[in-house]
Amino acid sequence: MSSRETILQRLRNRSGGELTAPECDFSVLERPDWSTSERIALFEKAIESVHGEVHHCSNDNWLDRLAEVLSTRGVRNLLIPREHEIGLKLRSVAEREDLPNLLIYDEPIESWQPALFNDVDAGITSTRGGIAETGSLILWPTADEPRLMSLVPPVHVAVLYASELYTTFRDAMTAQNWAAGMPTNALLISGPSKTADIEQTLAYGVHGPKELIVLIIE
Amino acid sequence: MSETAEHSPHHIDVKEFHPRAKAAIHNPKIRRNFRKAMDGLMTKRKSAFEGWDLETLRDLGANIRLRALANLPDLLEQLEQKLTENGVKVHWALDGDEACRIVRDICKARDAKTVIKGKSMVSEEMELNHYLEEQGIEALESDLGEYIVQLADETPSHIIMPAIHKNTDEISKLLHEKTGTDLSHDVEYLTASARLQLREKFMNADVGVSGVNFAVAETGTLCLVENEGNGRMTTTVPPCHIAVTGIEKVVPNLEDVTALLALLTRSATGQHITTYFNMISGPRKPDELDGPEEVHLVLVDNGRSSIYQDDELLDTLRCIRCGACMNHCPVYTRVGGHTYGTTYPGPIGKILMPHLIGLDEGRHLPSASSLCGACGEVCPVKIPIPDLLVRLRQESVDGDKLHPAKVRGHGAKRSAVEAMIWKGWSWMHAHPGAYRFGTNMAARFRKLQPGQIGGWTQYRTAPKLAPKTLHERMKERGQ
Amino acid sequence: MVDPIKVYPAKPSKVYFFGTCLVDMFYPDAGMAGIQLLEREGIEVIFPQDQTCCGQPAYTSGYHDEARAVAMAQLDLFPEDWPIVVPSGSCGGMMRKHYPDLFKDTGHEVKAAEVAGRVWELTDFLLNVCHIKLDDLGEPTTVAMHTSCSARREMGVAEVGPKLLGQLSNVNLVEQVRTEECCGFGGTFAIRHPEISGAMVSEKVDTLVDTGAKAFVTTDCGCLMNIDGYAEKNRKPITGQHILSFLWERTNGTKGDQS
Repeated sequence: MSSRETILQRLRNRSGGELTAPECDFSVLERPDWSTSERIALFEKAIESVHGEVHHCSNDNWLDRLAEVLSTRGVRNLLIPREHEIGLKLRSVAEREDLPNLLIYDEPIESWQPALFNDVDAGITSTRGGIAETGSLILWPTADEPRLMSLVPPVHVAVLYASELYTTFRDAMTAQNWAAGMPTNALLISGPSKTADIEQTLAYGVHGPKELIVLIIE
Repeated sequence: MSETAEHSPHHIDVKEFHPRAKAAIHNPKIRRNFRKAMDGLMTKRKSAFEGWDLETLRDLGANIRLRALANLPDLLEQLEQKLTENGVKVHWALDGDEACRIVRDICKARDAKTVIKGKSMVSEEMELNHYLEEQGIEALESDLGEYIVQLADETPSHIIMPAIHKNTDEISKLLHEKTGTDLSHDVEYLTASARLQLREKFMNADVGVSGVNFAVAETGTLCLVENEGNGRMTTTVPPCHIAVTGIEKVVPNLEDVTALLALLTRSATGQHITTYFNMISGPRKPDELDGPEEVHLVLVDNGRSSIYQDDELLDTLRCIRCGACMNHCPVYTRVGGHTYGTTYPGPIGKILMPHLIGLDEGRHLPSASSLCGACGEVCPVKIPIPDLLVRLRQESVDGDKLHPAKVRGHGAKRSAVEAMIWKGWSWMHAHPGAYRFGTNMAARFRKLQPGQIGGWTQYRTAPKLAPKTLHERMKERGQ
Repeated sequence: MVDPIKVYPAKPSKVYFFGTCLVDMFYPDAGMAGIQLLEREGIEVIFPQDQTCCGQPAYTSGYHDEARAVAMAQLDLFPEDWPIVVPSGSCGGMMRKHYPDLFKDTGHEVKAAEVAGRVWELTDFLLNVCHIKLDDLGEPTTVAMHTSCSARREMGVAEVGPKLLGQLSNVNLVEQVRTEECCGFGGTFAIRHPEISGAMVSEKVDTLVDTGAKAFVTTDCGCLMNIDGYAEKNRKPITGQHILSFLWERTNGTKGDQS
């Protein structure tokens, strides 16, 4: 008999008999129906408490804010999505002097891994919304915005539409019907990479980005 | 279940608990490091749950875990089916050795030479690193704490914070000696140097091995909770990702994860959420540009299906590995994680390890508790840890004829002398006349009481018998 | 460990007093103080002479057959439906919480559950059933309090002691750091793991001394014996008392029945 069958058989022929499943009441996770501005305030407070940086923008000025944020950091280049409107808009103003060089992730990682790991200063991605209660960004990496865009460069800039800010994780997953099917990889990102493994002292950027910058578009 | 491990690198005799405890108690550095860390963690947990209806949330956590366990075989099959549909290969292992062989075979098939690891307690259970090394495969830990512990050739002393027993000075010296970094107390600097060294390893690793916090059956999703990003690196950069997990980690729905995650991070480190919550449902798709081309899940039993048989012991399997029980344990705080000599230290280790290594090997574990109940009070899924400790104490001495012991190695702690003492004690206290006579005599001849009573008077004066018992005094009052 | 919500009975005319073996042999004054406090509340106290021990030492050591035999000898001592009051959270917890488990499959489950349901920790009973009002006759003083782990976590009475002490106008209650942490007694744990228990009690005594109080009170004789014994042996400037003795002395102006 295979290990699989052995394990399943042991579990099925439980000597204590069949178990009854208790009811699960999730109402304790419910939160008041906060307004968008309340959700923004909560999100901001939560993500700033873990070293995330929030900038309030509009559809008209987010490029300016981005340029500002990147130039103050001396960012030389920015990895952008190819097809997402964020990438399209950036490419349309690529000649702006206050923007860094724009790079596109359009080849499999194997072909340019050392460059991604060593030479890219920042990456910008879209989000599938955010979670106010925990200050989290929801990302579903795609072919256009692959997984490593938000992980390898030392600075990650994320664009979040205020209208897509959910109150709780549960609200977000219900509204977007995650149970119907998940992508190969989905993420909640709540702040820059950090560790407290050395005597509980916080240090940022241990493996992932040292900085997380959120542009909230209201 | 494996009676003897095929490989045992840091083989520590679990039975030598007492000498290790004594040494730790008298080691001021250990005492200081743990006290400071545990005090901080307790405070953070408390403030993280402010404003929550914590009892109701813990009830929900307990019910979610119990519901999952009630349907465990069905859920495992559903999980396997969904993952298979998603392109993930599922393997089953009866014990740690079989799980190691599965990982080895996957590595060999890919001609893999180096494995990078995310944090996984199940892989510690399997002693995977050592096994892979024996097979000529380099296995490197990438979680900073695990990396430090591996450089020091030690085992984790805490399930969430593996290097909590070391202070900055010790870590600085270790990194200097092993990796050539400058001696420094600047944690930013030490962290940055580890980042540099590990990035190279991520780029060159052939396989990434990770654990799993929750496995969701309805969508076939493996969830990983982490702060550093090494988990994401491990599961994204190498061309092959192998996740290893205990069979109890499965839950039916994604919704279940929302409550368990809220409980896990707050209980563990007092965080509202960790930096990354990574949900993996399959390998890279043809149009995707990164992610592993192969994803495997190894479902490890290693004693869990035995625990599953008994209604009371089953509660052990609710555990979501937050570590709050050890953070709040006054014994763990005094002796540190290594004293236990087991993969999982602290209260959860005391109720889980006897099933993994046998109650004969782990006979001292259940007794090393004052039964203060702090662990049960903070457990996010309400595991009645003190009750389970009492149950295992009973099993370790075969102390209940009505409810015969079941755990492998039961009865190993029973001694004829101790059994006789308890028999005599029981007889006297079940015979009120004898009890009154005995206690009256003790009171009358209290001056003859020995001044030294074993370990008690090593630290304290001997208890003082009163001149008259309460029985006598009440009798004099006419009762 | 799901505890039912406590439903306090109406104040009865009579109670059974279960003294516990530690009070019986080592701290009978604390037992007498408890009895006298109850009597002052107008309650007749019945002390069954055939009582011995709740069985906990054997139970927590794993010797459940032996524990059951002792517990069995207590079950018939409380025939009337009066409450059973216990001057200890630990023994109270054993009877209230663990008797139902201990008597599983014995044919005595119903009786055990019935007895368990009538068990009350004495300070809880004084405060929440008798609604005691304390009139402090003592000199101004400062005390710290250690609530035993079983009183706190099994009997849920962590708030009770401080509330009772709060009624005493001349008593300044100070709180030690890590007040919720175990003192290291744990019954046979103190004998089986003397170093660990010793490390725990030494830190407990340090935190108590750090409050500046010269005295502490506690709900349980095990903790008292442990903390006080450590302080005495190591000449620490603090001494302990059972909370019942303290309450009686403060409100009666004497040391009470010293017969």
